Amino acid sequence: MTITVDQAASVAVSPATRPFTRTRHILALARRSLIKTMRTPEQLIDVTLQPIIFVLVYVYLLGGAVAGNTHDYLQFLLPAIMVQTVLFGGMATGVNLNTDIKKGVFDRFRSLPIARSAPLIGSVLGDLIRYVVAMVSLFIAGYILGFRIGTNLPATVAACLLTMGFTFCVSWIIVLFGVLMREPGGVQGTAFLVLFPLTFGTTMITPASTLPGWLQTWVNVNPVNHMMEAARGLMVGGPVAEHLPWVGFWSIGLLAVFAPLAVRAYRRRT
Amino acid sequence: MTTFAFEAEGLVKRFKKTTALDGIDLAARQGTVLGVLGPNGAGKTTAVRILATLLRPDAGRAVVGGFDVLRDAAKVRRTIGLTGQYASVDEDLTGMENLVLIGQLLDLRGTEARARASELLAEFGLSEAGGRTAKTYSGGMRRRLDLAASLVGRPDVIYLDEPTTGLDPAKREDVWGIIRRLVGDGVTILLTTQYLEEADALADDISVIDRGKVIANGTPAELKRVVGGQTVFVRTADPERVTEAAAILADIAGRPAESPGRGMATVPVVGDTAFTEIVRRIDAAGIRVTELSLHLPKLDEVFFTLTGRHTEDEAA
Repeated sequence: MTITVDQAASVAVSPATRPFTRTRHILALARRSLIKTMRTPEQLIDVTLQPIIFVLVYVYLLGGAVAGNTHDYLQFLLPAIMVQTVLFGGMATGVNLNTDIKKGVFDRFRSLPIARSAPLIGSVLGDLIRYVVAMVSLFIAGYILGFRIGTNLPATVAACLLTMGFTFCVSWIIVLFGVLMREPGGVQGTAFLVLFPLTFGTTMITPASTLPGWLQTWVNVNPVNHMMEAARGLMVGGPVAEHLPWVGFWSIGLLAVFAPLAVRAYRRRT
Repeated sequence: MTTFAFEAEGLVKRFKKTTALDGIDLAARQGTVLGVLGPNGAGKTTAVRILATLLRPDAGRAVVGGFDVLRDAAKVRRTIGLTGQYASVDEDLTGMENLVLIGQLLDLRGTEARARASELLAEFGLSEAGGRTAKTYSGGMRRRLDLAASLVGRPDVIYLDEPTTGLDPAKREDVWGIIRRLVGDGVTILLTTQYLEEADALADDISVIDRGKVIANGTPAELKRVVGGQTVFVRTADPERVTEAAAILADIAGRPAESPGRGMATVPVVGDTAFTEIVRRIDAAGIRVTELSLHLPKLDEVFFTLTGRHTEDEAA
């Protein structure tokens, strides 16, 4: 004999569906990611050293050829490298998430009465600290090498925030891979395949005028390129306004498409 | 009229070509332990994951605490606590942080979450280790932390998916004690296990599953009656006297005793007075023993009785 209560008549609102509650859940989960990052500082070494090596290599190998001297080239390069650094940091989010899901912790989260999106958003948000660490170390290295802000501090801070916001949106592509794929190595490989044309198909290391026509076409539509140009404009001077709509459009577009896909894939993952 | 704390009917789940569950029925009355006994790959974990809203069944329905797992998943999640066979705690977080996080996700206030976490750490003997990251914990400690994590929200129904697999016997006893305490508090428990001994010790009812189907169902006593005899084992203090003990065993069992080793004798028995009779006769004969025990059949023997196959077949 079975008793099943008809719940259709019940209208009690579950607290978990209130947005305020959801925000608190996301913050609690973001804090978890943050603690994890702080407890495994070796993860940060990667993020801090890699961009500095990139800067050294490009400045001393290409600086003379592209800009005539290394000092001018550094002003040109650093804002763009900052964008690349933060984007690569976003890739780590997908890899970490994949590792995390494979352990049992995410099963526990999924058995709790919280929004399905909360663990994903929490992980992505918690990783923002990694971007900040990477940016700060890049600026310190850049300053030692001779980089100087050509505009003012508020504009530079705006460039940093814009880059972080942009990466938050783009990283949902990687989060989707992180949820879908079985192995962290696979996530990393696929993320590289996506990020390489996005970060190198740009004016990051050389002005667009030297590129072949087909590549210029790609550069002109590439959202990362517009992000790099906007950062350059905000930090050392140059056009900003013409790039902002592109950055905004792509950010919202990528977020609107990939965040729901990632949450959906997470919900379906067994 | 019975109220079930959870009930599943005709659950079917296929993964690509394999059928993990092939129409399974499970139910537990409020405040009881349902033992789900089966070998690896029988479908135990799949059934638990469906009841925990982690998986959607392809067919059938499941109701937990009066809520449908598909239509009212959020309410089901408020009712349940889940402990997987792998410890699902965050290794980079301390024991305390793990439990506080769960509390926050269950909408406890900060102070409440910390109070509940301390309380549980104390209850599970982890107070001192609470400030250390879980990766420094031993297997038994992780299992206890995992159990504690599933209890933060004081759930009415708890799923324990092979909670003692891989634990040594002393740690196993610890977990059994915790389970008994929970049942004493009125919680309903779904316990999956590969050990008949464990199901026998803890469960009010046992469902034996094999290849995604329930192949036997009943109280431990009923099940033992179906799968037949237990085995008496004796080890004499003086190995020379084992022949006398073996003679007593053989006399009562009505069949010759076997000797698995020096100073040891064993014989299958039927009936519920055989063991006490053996104890009495050995005592009367003045034979001192270092071990005298009654063993349940192993899962493999249960399966052989029920299916005519050994569990090893499953591995193929």
